[in-house]
Amino acid sequence: MDLSQKLAILSDAARYDASCASSGTARRDSRDGKGLGSTEGSGICHAYAPDGRCISLLKILMTNFCIYDCAYCVNRVSSNVQRARFTVDEVVQLTIEFYRRNYIEGLFLSSGIIRSPDATMSDMVRIAQRLREVESFRGYIHLKTIPDAAPELIDQAGLYADRLSINVELPTDNGVKAYAPEKNPATIRKAMEDVKVRKEIASERSYKGKRGKRFAPAGQSTQMIVGADISTDATILQRSTRLYGDYKLRRVYYSAFSPIPDATAKLPLIKPPLAREHRLYQADWLLRFYGFDVGEITAARPDGNLDLDIDPKLAWALQNRGIFPVNVNTASKDMLLRVPGFGTRTVGRILSTRRHRHLRYEDLLRMGASLKKARAFITALGWTPGALTDSANLRACFAPPPKQLSLF
Amino acid sequence: MYTVPLPMIGTDMAWREAAKRLIGAGVSPPDVLWDYGNNMPELFATAAPLPAPTRRVKAPQSFVQMAETVVWHKDPQRFARLYALLWRLRHEQGLMQDRADPDLARLRQMEKGVQRCKHKMKAFVRFRDLRQGGDRRSFAAWFEPTHHTVEPTAPFFARRFADMDWMIATPDVTVQFVDGNLSFHPGQPKPDLPEDAAETLWGTYFCNIFNPARLKVQAMTSEMPKKYWKNLPEAQYIPGLIAGAEEKVQQMRDTAPTLPPERAKRIQERLRKQDPDAKN
Repeated sequence: MDLSQKLAILSDAARYDASCASSGTARRDSRDGKGLGSTEGSGICHAYAPDGRCISLLKILMTNFCIYDCAYCVNRVSSNVQRARFTVDEVVQLTIEFYRRNYIEGLFLSSGIIRSPDATMSDMVRIAQRLREVESFRGYIHLKTIPDAAPELIDQAGLYADRLSINVELPTDNGVKAYAPEKNPATIRKAMEDVKVRKEIASERSYKGKRGKRFAPAGQSTQMIVGADISTDATILQRSTRLYGDYKLRRVYYSAFSPIPDATAKLPLIKPPLAREHRLYQADWLLRFYGFDVGEITAARPDGNLDLDIDPKLAWALQNRGIFPVNVNTASKDMLLRVPGFGTRTVGRILSTRRHRHLRYEDLLRMGASLKKARAFITALGWTPGALTDSANLRACFAPPPKQLSLF
Repeated sequence: MYTVPLPMIGTDMAWREAAKRLIGAGVSPPDVLWDYGNNMPELFATAAPLPAPTRRVKAPQSFVQMAETVVWHKDPQRFARLYALLWRLRHEQGLMQDRADPDLARLRQMEKGVQRCKHKMKAFVRFRDLRQGGDRRSFAAWFEPTHHTVEPTAPFFARRFADMDWMIATPDVTVQFVDGNLSFHPGQPKPDLPEDAAETLWGTYFCNIFNPARLKVQAMTSEMPKKYWKNLPEAQYIPGLIAGAEEKVQQMRDTAPTLPPERAKRIQERLRKQDPDAKN
């Protein structure tokens, strides 16, 4: 099998991992002329596929042979997809040659589990080590760690990689038990805990004030599959809140369960719930950057799911109209962050401008606020929403028009 | 009336120096003509030399930073707009914090346009291997930026690709990096670059990382607008991927679940023997 065929199989197998982030790691460059690559804070998306997803990293599996049998996974042992395996050298060469042509920011290496978790993990570490120590590669490396691998291997992985990740796979332990029988949720959590602790140790200074070697400077992340089991959005968001809190995760990714080749009868193929995935990301942002808590976001509907027709902040505001309208010239930052149509940037601009003068409706337009949403919830100089805030058909202004069900 | 010539290479420093002298001498915005790249008909050109540098001119740091970016915009009015705001800043304290001032808002928008263009250049330049032998490998690219972003973006490439020689040719400016030295030259027509086999592999990757079940064409084009496609080797595959997506997904749905391969049972049994704690 030639390199091109292997690349086809092993990138095909890797596309169900949502993460392609290459941001937020330590700053590095190669100005000394002795290495290749740089990382400068913000990541770069070098291309976009027609699925709208950014291509920032060379995202491949080392091998798609796997001894596990996870129902949602294209690479499970019981699937008949074609199998392939890269050599260490092939992965290193592909990464370097793609990087030199400015196609990518670095490598995201994952793998099916072959022989044993330790054997798989040590092969992956060898690839990262070759890139760093032999090729002097200073770009981004993301390693998907194997939950059951030995702690020494994870230690090594964290020294070479910018980010480590372990997928929790499904939002509940029962879900994991049902669909990923060989995986153990407790082991996965233990592995995340270990990475967190290892990272904390690395950031401490010794009694001489020296810092240890940096350990996974871009932190750790995880992914949950959405729509494969029956978990509600409330369950999912509670889970991610715990993950952010307990393990200091940088990101939780939500991946809408999407059809795979040679699917199992255990998990019938559905249309991937992309709208739901999108709403979950919005809610995730509200939790992390807008001061909301899970209860508030998921209270809007009795079934514990997010409203698919309108965004979660708007849904919350419509439920809590008593607080609105807020005066943009006097309201607190926390309150401004809760206005639908205002992002963190808009709020920052409002705060800095209103130190100098009172804001009018048109001013907000120039600052980039989405007034189509915000107008019903704010007052400004020369603007009051009047009865709009409490009007019965306010939701209808935002939601897509109702569709008659098709008879066929 | 002053006419200020501004070169296409080193525009930022030239504008800054001239603006400093003009504002120091109290020259009002209508009395200045900015001549970028020697385009001004001679009719308007006056030979009056710039006023000598006088007292120290103060401008907020936030203005200086913004100007450093905005000078690379393609709008011919950019220099005049910047100077007009600098003129206002003499007497209007806090103007830079006023995110709703129309003049400033316009300049901020231009700044954003240049930043975006710089970002897209970092993302979409595609080098080809020139295979010239020697100690250092050589690469070259052809790129067509929206604004004049080659000069401010070049240091990024120098920090990243320091152990190789490279060139980025554009219609306005060509930047070269040879033996660790960055240099700028006049633009040129698209050069003939040798074929590079890695482009085919990159195409293979692009086609296979795409998930046909999640077709979102608009999300792609909003971040990778069609104007860039002609210089992106992977873009040639996009129409085919879009056209074939639905059929591929339908195939996945229509295929009946298959029986597990022979080895699956063996592997799973061995796995269970190894790990008696495993469930089931």
